[in-house]
Amino acid sequence: MPIFRLSPPFLAGANRVTLQMLQVIIALIPAVIAMTYFFGPGVLINVALAVLVALITEAVMLKLRDRPLKPFLSDGSAAVTAVLLALAIPPLSPWWMTVIGVTFAIVFAKHLYGGLGYNPFNPAMVGYVLLLISFPLEMTTWLPVQSMAEQPMGWMSALQLIFTGQFNGLGIDAYSGATPLDAMKTQIVLQQHPEFISSQPLFGMAGGLGWEWINIWFALGGIWLIYRKIISWHVPVAMLLALLIISSITTLIDPTVSGSPLFHLLSGGTMLGAFFIATDPVSGSTTLKGRIVFGAGVGILTYVIRIWGGYPDGVAFAVILMNMLVPLIDYYTQPRIYGGAAR
Amino acid sequence: MSAPLSDFPGGLKLPGHKKRSTQGPIRKTPLSKQLVLPLQQHIGAAAVPIVDVGEKVLKGQRIARAEGHVSVCLHAPSSGVITAIGDHAIPHPSGLSAPCITIETDGEDQWVERQQIADFRQHSAHELRQIIRDAGIVGLGGAGFPSFIKLNPGVHHTVETLLINGAECEPYITCDDMLMRERAEGILDGVEIMLFALRAARCILAIEDNKPEAIAAMRFALSARTHLTQTEIVVVPTRYPTGGEKQLIQVVTGKQVPTNKLPIDIGIVCHNPGTAYAVGRAILHGEPLISRVVTVTGTDVTHAGNFETLFGTPIKDLLEFCETRRQPDEPFIQGGPMMGYSLAGDDLPITKTANCILVGVDDVAPPAQPLPCIRCGDCADVCPASLLPQQLYWYSRAKDFDQTRDYNLFDCIECGCCDYVCPSKIPLVSYFRFAKTEIMNQERERHKSDLARERHESRLARLEREQQEKEERQRQRKAALAASKAAKAKEEESTKTSESADSVTEEKA
Repeated sequence: MPIFRLSPPFLAGANRVTLQMLQVIIALIPAVIAMTYFFGPGVLINVALAVLVALITEAVMLKLRDRPLKPFLSDGSAAVTAVLLALAIPPLSPWWMTVIGVTFAIVFAKHLYGGLGYNPFNPAMVGYVLLLISFPLEMTTWLPVQSMAEQPMGWMSALQLIFTGQFNGLGIDAYSGATPLDAMKTQIVLQQHPEFISSQPLFGMAGGLGWEWINIWFALGGIWLIYRKIISWHVPVAMLLALLIISSITTLIDPTVSGSPLFHLLSGGTMLGAFFIATDPVSGSTTLKGRIVFGAGVGILTYVIRIWGGYPDGVAFAVILMNMLVPLIDYYTQPRIYGGAAR
Repeated sequence: MSAPLSDFPGGLKLPGHKKRSTQGPIRKTPLSKQLVLPLQQHIGAAAVPIVDVGEKVLKGQRIARAEGHVSVCLHAPSSGVITAIGDHAIPHPSGLSAPCITIETDGEDQWVERQQIADFRQHSAHELRQIIRDAGIVGLGGAGFPSFIKLNPGVHHTVETLLINGAECEPYITCDDMLMRERAEGILDGVEIMLFALRAARCILAIEDNKPEAIAAMRFALSARTHLTQTEIVVVPTRYPTGGEKQLIQVVTGKQVPTNKLPIDIGIVCHNPGTAYAVGRAILHGEPLISRVVTVTGTDVTHAGNFETLFGTPIKDLLEFCETRRQPDEPFIQGGPMMGYSLAGDDLPITKTANCILVGVDDVAPPAQPLPCIRCGDCADVCPASLLPQQLYWYSRAKDFDQTRDYNLFDCIECGCCDYVCPSKIPLVSYFRFAKTEIMNQERERHKSDLARERHESRLARLEREQQEKEERQRQRKAALAASKAAKAKEEESTKTSESADSVTEEKA
């Protein structure tokens, strides 16, 4: 093939942004199936709606910013943001919440900072945090797993609840229940012992009924991404280790303040955060040492917010707080260059 | 015997595409009617012509002398008549012209008288270096640095290791591979001379493991030279850019060349096998450097291979000889696909640094618009200098050159690994080259303005000094004047008083 470029190198590898994003979505599929199995088709409806809204918003923003549509719409980054946000919000979130969250993520967190590659904060988490602090009630009304529900959630009921807020004359709250993290927090406040709390059926084997499997599937998808070299191991390993260590220490000192370390690893958004959220390259640290610091920071903050903060889960806040520190982390974690003195 | 191999950070496993040009032996390129010889085919000062237009020259006759220390001589690659001394297009990415000597060959290829040295050990290292310089030998790996300088350890350095770099890590290029396969003896001749000139303790000949034939040939030749006990063949893993001088040094010795230092500062001197071969020919056979092995290959070359080509041979003739499917004016590459440069016209001569002519590549970098950087860090993972290309890119783009220096821009060896793996297809190396050029321009400007300011300040100082001196002189003159006035007045007074005294005495009398 004749060469196109006028300056070297004249060769290029097969790596493409689109391919990376596509593989991220593929890695999410097992966990999405698991979530749908445990929480009903609302999950899929959320994902579909979020992706649709994200692509439309992305196209409008590109048009407004006078950028070419094709390369940026096909890079897949908007879709990834949408899917991650959709998986983070409750499976029966009203449609307008999904729309607001996704639109805010794409418009404010991404494009107003300059679009792909320029956002200092993880767009999906910005959208999530906006929803969490604006609609705390809706954002914390999760569903019980299908096997514990009085009647399993079907397509019709899910669609009607998401788009009209009602099914058979009942609102979403009639179907909802607390997440294990939420239940743990509330009952600890009521002076219950975590060991006793964990023995309830809601808590399953370790991380909560259903939740533990969802987390395991997220982790397996993430490990596949590491194997495919789409993400590096540094962030997830550092985050999970930090979470494990700080929760172990706390449990050793005072077993009454929190659930077991395993509970924290396999509940809530831990694995989604570790492998798919905190690994966002754009808003995360870009040096190897920096990724370890970044991941560890997310792990510690997640735990601190879960135990001493006002919200049951802390992954989103932890990621955004660590995003703020990225320039600092990157500056102080530069590698020692070839032939250079140690920094 | 050999120490375990070390490793350098980053790097890439690239498809080699080397078999394409190693199917046949090295062939001689037919003699061209016209040879065009740029006066500068090396790093340093251009050579100065010592022939005139119309003069008849013999093959191997010196036609230009070295100018200054960092320079080498130039020789007629074949016998013929000098037809022009003037500007001609040269193979340079700028597409500019430069002074060249043009020879119309006579087809007789008649040699000048050659001074052969049977036993180089009878000569001093200094004499050998002089012969090597007079023979016009430069580094044939691609940079073209005068070799005699790198064979002079000087009084402050001791050379422990002579490293012959037979890694040839760039895809497609096979000229060193073929040279090692076919002329192992000649290379070892050169190695012996180099060891002698450098007073080096040992020699390591490093070859990537994708060249088993070359390794076998070199081992066989070496086994016959039982006196070369301190020379060994080291097989290194095939990974780009193992052939980078600094990278190879780390692989075979485990040492890193400190930033802003040279290999000789850690007791290592690196030469290319082609250079070693040329040194052997120059000393033992009296032949100056007038030709080299050039790989001609690529997806659009019909008869790819390696060709012993006289310098000055038009690339056009060489490509015609190999038959290509190249469209007229289609750019091609001189050097490798990772670090070479593209040339547009083919009316350009083969020079001392032309190791490969590459027409058409697989896995070609697309012309598409790059996407923004997503900071994935793939570039940092493959950077053999452990730089952070994603940060360098950010600051180069923002023209924040202070930051690029802070992030060690000048340690970038421009190997192109970062470009290759970038998922956004950003031409990173081009950005870094741009930033380097800008910084060097700024430096030059600053130097110039510093000079101007110094000149201005010293002028002001001089003016002030002159003013002060003037004032001082005036003051002195005034003071002198005043003093003399005062003296005069005193004198007058004293005469007056004496007069009056006289009158008094007169009166008294």
